[in-house]
Amino acid sequence: MWKWIQAFASPQNFYQSSEKIIPWLMVPFILLSLAGLYWGLVVSPADYQQGDSVRIMFVHVPAAWMSLFVYVVMAVAGGIGLIWQIKLAFVVAKVSAPIGAAFTFLALITGSIWGKPMWGTWWAWDARLTSELILLFLYLAYMSLNNAFDNPKTANKASAILAIVGLVNIPIIYYSVEWWNSLHQGSSVSVSKVSMQIDMFIALMLISFAFKFLYGALVLMRSRDEVLVREQNSRWVRMLITGSEK
Amino acid sequence: MTKRQNRMVFVGLLIAGAILAVTLLFQALGTNSNYFYSPTEVAQGKAPVGRSFRLGGLVTVGSFKREDLKSTFEVTDNKNKFTIQYTGILPDLFREGQGIITTGSLVDGIFVATEVLAKHDENYMPPEVADALEKAKEK
Repeated sequence: MWKWIQAFASPQNFYQSSEKIIPWLMVPFILLSLAGLYWGLVVSPADYQQGDSVRIMFVHVPAAWMSLFVYVVMAVAGGIGLIWQIKLAFVVAKVSAPIGAAFTFLALITGSIWGKPMWGTWWAWDARLTSELILLFLYLAYMSLNNAFDNPKTANKASAILAIVGLVNIPIIYYSVEWWNSLHQGSSVSVSKVSMQIDMFIALMLISFAFKFLYGALVLMRSRDEVLVREQNSRWVRMLITGSEK
Repeated sequence: MTKRQNRMVFVGLLIAGAILAVTLLFQALGTNSNYFYSPTEVAQGKAPVGRSFRLGGLVTVGSFKREDLKSTFEVTDNKNKFTIQYTGILPDLFREGQGIITTGSLVDGIFVATEVLAKHDENYMPPEVADALEKAKEK
């Protein structure tokens, strides 16, 4: 079993098989995005209190979910890399960081644009907003640490440790609106209840799944590049570039 | 233990250490990580009276009065209430019955506010549904 997984996750095998998967992620991303835009802007109704401003939720909430999801993937991949020494896991962790940072940034910016007209402020130091800002800093710290070492093995280890320690921030972000009084409202969508109208929920889900597929496609594309750089001295990469075995 | 098990223990300790550190941190911070105090907490003397702090609650229905930019209203958590004085522009979502968070300080029992923010809850629905819910409540 182990040998089989390790063979499958070998850089060369990954490089060859991942190319075929990317279109299967890109096409659903585009279709789900278009459906989500239609559902969010045309089908779903305006809110009884916020009017059309509520529609920024369809970007804000999926982006915020992705910011947490990508971080968990990054930390788990780092942990797998540390424990089982799988090269590909470190690659996935490294290339996920800028994508996660981008989703976090998007969540913060759209939240700010939403907060000004509704709450009356661009920013507040409440528990939810502050912990999400810390998440952005964690991503940035991970990226700088990963780039700070010349030896890729040291970089892999050090940044994976940072990612795993930072994992503690994820439940804090999620439960911040329950544990403390905050300006940010509680969750509208959880396993037990959905407190929004059904068309709003459908739009939200369409964009959420679109973002998941986008993340998958971006991870594969960036991992392929990273694998080539890391394996540049191996025979299969040289053969791939030059077309011969010299 | 094999090397792999060693590394598993290392990762486990890393996570446990992080959780412990953060738990201690929030124990020490206590209620300081709350964004605002409720009227009851202020009445119990938990808020730093004499300094600026944030007070959150619902705007009492029928309490809102306005003269140009000067407004007065009451904020309640259905147990205690405070009168708020505020000069400035109120956010779009401000209305009676709405949750708000206001920054200011207590002067002779009246909360003089420098900022008023509106809170909204996690329920989103079209106006027709909100109307129907309202009617059902009245019955």
